[in-house]
Amino acid sequence: MADTSQTARLNTFREGPDERGHFGIYGGRFVAETLMPLILALETAYEEAKADAAFRSELDDLLANYAGRPSPLYHAERLSAHLGGAKIYFKRDELNHTGSHKINNCLGQIQLARRMGKRRIIAETGAGQHGVAVATVAARFGLPCVVYMGATDIERQKPNVFRMRLLGAEVRPVTAGSGTLKDAMNEALRDWVGNVDDTFYIIGTVAGPHPYPAMVRDFQSVIGNEVREQMMEREGRLPDTLVACIGGGSNAMGLFYPFLDDEGVAIYGVEAGGRGLDSPDDHAASLNGGRPGVLHGNRTYLLQNDDGQIIEGHSISAGLDYPGIGPEHSWLKDSGRVTYVSAGDSEALKAFQLCTQLEGIIPALEPAHALAHVMKLAPQLEGDNLLVMNMCGRGDKDIFAVAEHLGMDI
Amino acid sequence: MSEIALDTRIEHRFARLGVEGRAGLVAFITAGDPDLETSQAILEALPKAGADLIELGMPFSDPMADGPAIQASSQRALAAGQTMKKTLAMVAKFRKSDAETPIVLMGYYNPIYVYPGDAFLADAQAAGVDGLIIVDLPPEADDELCLPAMQAGLNFIRLATPTTDDKRLPRVLENTSGFLYYVSIAGITGTKAPDVSQVGPQIARIKKQTSLPVAVGFGVKEPQQVEALARVADGIVVGSALVRVIEDNLGSGEETVARVSDLVRALAGALAPEPVTAK
Repeated sequence: MADTSQTARLNTFREGPDERGHFGIYGGRFVAETLMPLILALETAYEEAKADAAFRSELDDLLANYAGRPSPLYHAERLSAHLGGAKIYFKRDELNHTGSHKINNCLGQIQLARRMGKRRIIAETGAGQHGVAVATVAARFGLPCVVYMGATDIERQKPNVFRMRLLGAEVRPVTAGSGTLKDAMNEALRDWVGNVDDTFYIIGTVAGPHPYPAMVRDFQSVIGNEVREQMMEREGRLPDTLVACIGGGSNAMGLFYPFLDDEGVAIYGVEAGGRGLDSPDDHAASLNGGRPGVLHGNRTYLLQNDDGQIIEGHSISAGLDYPGIGPEHSWLKDSGRVTYVSAGDSEALKAFQLCTQLEGIIPALEPAHALAHVMKLAPQLEGDNLLVMNMCGRGDKDIFAVAEHLGMDI
Repeated sequence: MSEIALDTRIEHRFARLGVEGRAGLVAFITAGDPDLETSQAILEALPKAGADLIELGMPFSDPMADGPAIQASSQRALAAGQTMKKTLAMVAKFRKSDAETPIVLMGYYNPIYVYPGDAFLADAQAAGVDGLIIVDLPPEADDELCLPAMQAGLNFIRLATPTTDDKRLPRVLENTSGFLYYVSIAGITGTKAPDVSQVGPQIARIKKQTSLPVAVGFGVKEPQQVEALARVADGIVVGSALVRVIEDNLGSGEETVARVSDLVRALAGALAPEPVTAK
């Protein structure tokens, strides 16, 4: 059986994963044999690329001139005054090209795909933000692209579906299961198994078989690295508090990772509490309402029943509606370094409106969950507490869904 | 290369098939599809219709390596209330009337992991299970279940695929026992048809590195394919085609059992030993 003992004492929270892709007991490579050689080749290619200065400088150039990095660190003055307490900053990753943090990872992975000579791109998407970012980089580099998206999500994220199609991607609806993100990921894995020679699978979050969780984290760490520099410049010191929403957990991992060894920084991940944590069908909070299991190539906290069948979960936000979570988050939860909380549908809707009205920023429903926790947390903190929330996506895609929830016609 | 011998029904069955001079038919169904009672009746009918080994699928909500037919069969089983305990109970009941036909449980790791694994192995062994095929446990994860399964006296049957090259093959064979399952296509179950002219050399390549029996599957649905593959493999696995028969005959339990038996009989008929010429 698996080793369930935790490493007794750690000097650092930043040395994972081990050579087999484990963060403590989490992570790993639980894939069919057909994919195993591909995963091993990907790992080798990524390790080589990481050590190649040319790869890094090409990526930096794309991040700066194509994606528009660095994204600003913005002092949300009116929100801070309104809530009273912490000095709230937004990391403005919604201002990136394509409107979310997803582009950071997609630029990295498509560069890797090109380096490996792959000719075809596949991806899964939930809210469509990752799908749009993949379709964008595939268009930019002239590679054909297939995006798998749950039929339910296609219905609630129509603007993003149209954007992907405009960008030349083929959006394939997935009707299996309940037609959401996990089903799209199953289908993308099935595609990959059937197209092993030419296809590169761009996974959108810090989950999946090793090396994806570490690789996506590395590509997203640009968020936290920038925050470090920007905060030093603005305030002359590191932030005190970090808050980010968590579906699979890529924007959160990107913000948190550079700060994991800074003891004074309190870190909060906010899961989707949906309609409440009491019933497993009503939320998408894998860490707060699930237990460890194995899905999509890694061991991690999962929403599942007593017989090990995966439960779909629910959130108002299609981007958080995933029954798993990146394995490094599972490890950070067990080790106690990061505090994982949840915010429900209605709290997120309130935060969405408050942010729009006070700051003139329409957040995506995903970071609206992070903001909902900031609304609870900030008033309890001192005025000199520097709090950074990752505004990881803009809310244009969500206006139709929000209008429906608020009973408004548009 | 040394082989792991556990003295199991699987090993005995392949030894007998060797004596008979023919390849074996490995029939796959999903436990609990379309419901527990019918599934039990199908299971018990399989050897009578000519199945030499049985792969019993443990239904999972997210069967990532399976095509539409087996996905649908898993969903039917789960919707009918199938659980791991019921699957093991099916095997125990089967063993009351059949002490020889090997049963291999096939599926994904999570339902075993949460059972949890050591209790699962004990219960499976007690129920009369002979081997395990766990799709998402590659050799890199042998310490999870493969090695404990061997200690519990169960064969752990590994999949080799067209992407398993000569360099990787020893790793795949290392802790494999009972037989090796060669996946005839790079793809999911029940979709592309295998090309016998390619499968033959691939199996020959594998047999250079092992004396284990090699069964071949994925995309096999017709007697003609079975007949052709039987010339190059020791066992032929048919799965999606059988669960599709279940899907097409959901009316009455008896009818479902009869139609599945018909197909198994036709497939087994393609595996008759070469007729001995009279001297």
